[in-house]
Amino acid sequence: MKQLYEPIMGIEIHVELNTKTKMFCRCSADYFGKEPNSHTCPVCLGLPGALPIINEEAITKCMQIGLALNCSVETNGSYFERKNYFYPDLPKGYQISQLVRPLNINGWLDVENREGNVTRIRINRAHQEEDTGKLTHIDGQTLIDYSRSCVPLVEIVTEPDFHDSSAVRDYAKKLQQIFRDIGVSNADMEKGDMRLEANVSVRPVGQTELPPYRVELKNINSFNFMVQAIEYEIKRQVEELEQGRTITQETRGWNENKKETYLQRSKEEAHDYRYFPEPDLPELQVDTSNVERIRLQMPELSINKMNRFMEEYGLTKQIAATLVSQGLMKLFEETVKVGGDVKAVANLLVNRKVDPGSSAKQIFEQIQNKGIGVIVDMGEIEKLAKEVIDENPKVVEDYRSGKETAIQFLIGCVMRKSKGKADAGRARAILEKFLKG
Amino acid sequence: MNITNLTLVETIKALEEKQFSLEELNRVYLERIKKHNSELNVYLTINESSNGLPAAIKDTIITKGIKTTAASKILENFIPPYDATVISKLHEQGVSALGKTNHDEFAMGGSGENSAFGPTKNPWDKTKVPGGSSSGSAAAVAADLAVFALGSDTGGSIRQPASLTGIVGLKPSYGRVSRYGLIAMASSFDQIGPMTKSVEDAALVLDWISGSDGYDSNCSSDKFTLQPLRLQAGIKGLRVGVPKEYFGEGLDVKVKEVVETAIKKLEDLGAEIVEISLPHSQYALAAYYIIVPSEVSSNMARYTGIRYGTGRENLGKEVMRRIMLGTFSLSSGYYDAYFTKAAKVRTLIKRDFDGVFKKCDVIVGPVSPTTAWNLGEKINDPLTMYLQDIYTISANLAGIPGLSVPAGFVEGLPVGLQILGKQFDEETVLKVGFAYEQATQWRKEKPKL
Repeated sequence: MKQLYEPIMGIEIHVELNTKTKMFCRCSADYFGKEPNSHTCPVCLGLPGALPIINEEAITKCMQIGLALNCSVETNGSYFERKNYFYPDLPKGYQISQLVRPLNINGWLDVENREGNVTRIRINRAHQEEDTGKLTHIDGQTLIDYSRSCVPLVEIVTEPDFHDSSAVRDYAKKLQQIFRDIGVSNADMEKGDMRLEANVSVRPVGQTELPPYRVELKNINSFNFMVQAIEYEIKRQVEELEQGRTITQETRGWNENKKETYLQRSKEEAHDYRYFPEPDLPELQVDTSNVERIRLQMPELSINKMNRFMEEYGLTKQIAATLVSQGLMKLFEETVKVGGDVKAVANLLVNRKVDPGSSAKQIFEQIQNKGIGVIVDMGEIEKLAKEVIDENPKVVEDYRSGKETAIQFLIGCVMRKSKGKADAGRARAILEKFLKG
Repeated sequence: MNITNLTLVETIKALEEKQFSLEELNRVYLERIKKHNSELNVYLTINESSNGLPAAIKDTIITKGIKTTAASKILENFIPPYDATVISKLHEQGVSALGKTNHDEFAMGGSGENSAFGPTKNPWDKTKVPGGSSSGSAAAVAADLAVFALGSDTGGSIRQPASLTGIVGLKPSYGRVSRYGLIAMASSFDQIGPMTKSVEDAALVLDWISGSDGYDSNCSSDKFTLQPLRLQAGIKGLRVGVPKEYFGEGLDVKVKEVVETAIKKLEDLGAEIVEISLPHSQYALAAYYIIVPSEVSSNMARYTGIRYGTGRENLGKEVMRRIMLGTFSLSSGYYDAYFTKAAKVRTLIKRDFDGVFKKCDVIVGPVSPTTAWNLGEKINDPLTMYLQDIYTISANLAGIPGLSVPAGFVEGLPVGLQILGKQFDEETVLKVGFAYEQATQWRKEKPKL
């Protein structure tokens, strides 16, 4: 009988924090799109004699991430270490990071797939470190921008709890939502705010111990490419094992054109990072009361909000999820607060029967005036829209000269003329058609 | 009046009394430097535009717009864009850098001979080394080529050359003085400190350069303040510990006699002499030469020649040796046996001092096992060279302050007395040094150039 194999994977995610200043110096951390090397100083350039200082805002945000991932925050002297290796984007010749006593350990995150099955992913650690400079290769030359050097970076490492590529995508997307919910990062993959690495191995089905190797997939800058790379890699590894070959520890990248992974660094070339405690920095002083204060100040996570909506308002999971994913939770809660009927408000919002730019009061009036019934007669809305356009030449001109938000005002006028009965989505579509036509 | 003979405190007083001007002061020192620098090789860079109180600055300390080489070919033409915190603090006191002094390359060495720009000569005998690594700063003060100097001390680099050139040298407690702008050798050991013509001068300079700094996380906000009445309070009833481990094999008999005579003097001044033991001292050298090179190997990684400086082939032998030793000690498979174990020994050495300071207020002993030796004598024998640090490195491992004060001569060469104190208790250390200095005349002896 043919041997079956199953993949086993762990994920490392790096996320850049959106702090005001950098991790270990006073330079602005808002470097993206700015003049190269404009956000630098002796510290982030690694000049002789310069020393790091710790950014408290970053440490707070790192703890927020830990708490959102159900980690324990280290209150017994978490400290920084030096990770020593040479690369031209690393000005000091070492990265200040954490190995032995990271700030957050032993967390978990429940990830749900499309079928509604929940997998609990164990989080090994979420530690604080610093970003490197950015290399650009042009015409055989390499340019270095140190503005990114020393920007705070948090690394989140899972246990090997993934068995398929879609779970990796679900996990990464969920983390991205969490970073945005708690406001620690914009988590924009294209800008490099968030970077994924996967450790992929396969083992015979039924085997419980970990395989004696792992292949690290690195430098992959989108969720889709990561899924493709993992799938390719699983297939490649199974084929290797079926051929009776051994797979060794190595690092591989993703070739988008050929749709295949390629060898970047073999085991023999692996670094010995020679970690040791960073002598320039004191231990972090974090106590239980700091942690509790941060826990209390944490914004509500979307996932918790969704669960709360289901419990508190009796909404179905689908409706709650739609409200959360469309970012309509706030509007929903406000409308209910001013007196809107829960079901009516939810339906109106979820079925896009209302313009997202409306206020809670407008939506409430809309419900009051005509139950949840709305005008869907295109002819009637067109008539009102023409009137509104004729009456507001200045706003129309603003819109046409590029101020797209001006349309909100016009939609509001149509809604008022219809006494709140017009379908706002249709009103917008009709207005846009007239204004652009 | 011989202006260059004056101490810092005397110079400030004379300036206040308008006995001479700052311009005259700088001119006289610059003239003297021109006369003697080529024979002694004290200064690597001379600042002709110095117009404040003229101080000699070790070339490991970053000075904005003034070439700072770390006595290495790798930074031969490096002109820093910023000032070390100590330099900014000295500027506030009206001090200016008269020049940048020679030393062992990146402060690695104990004789001054590891400089890429040639050895400094001992002003007492130009065939001898002045000690190191702060060789130029020590020689500058001894030869009256500066009012005072700044050095840096990682394992004795202020105290040992101070002892070998007959001046006062203070290594402050770790964290007393900001290290921002000190070119790092071993970050958990390095301290900048004064090298002066008198104990009171050392106290005054420490007052100027100590205190909190937002650019050094390990720098304490506990500033040292010079209080002359407390400095001059005398040492009656003070308990002076004498560790038996500092008088054993390896200590030159004549140096031993000088130190014992100095201890007798302290007793005459009313101190109570207490015999003590620092049992882990015997492991200090081994622990030091594991942890220091480990930190060195990492601190030296930034000198790639990519962004500033020249290539790594320009590093000297001793620097290369320590990078290799440290890289090995930190390597996977060796880390626990070397680095972790040495870190444990370091803790035991700290505990030795904590225990002993319950029985005494200061510890005294020799600074260096010998007087200054011949240039070239030990340069090819690194282990013998390392053994010269045996009495000074413990203070750096433990982070406590240490002072060297002139205590006499052996065959025309100076010998220093070392006074160690509790962390952040420079005041008691300086008080003992001051009492001893006042009761003897050693500091008034000057080399004949």
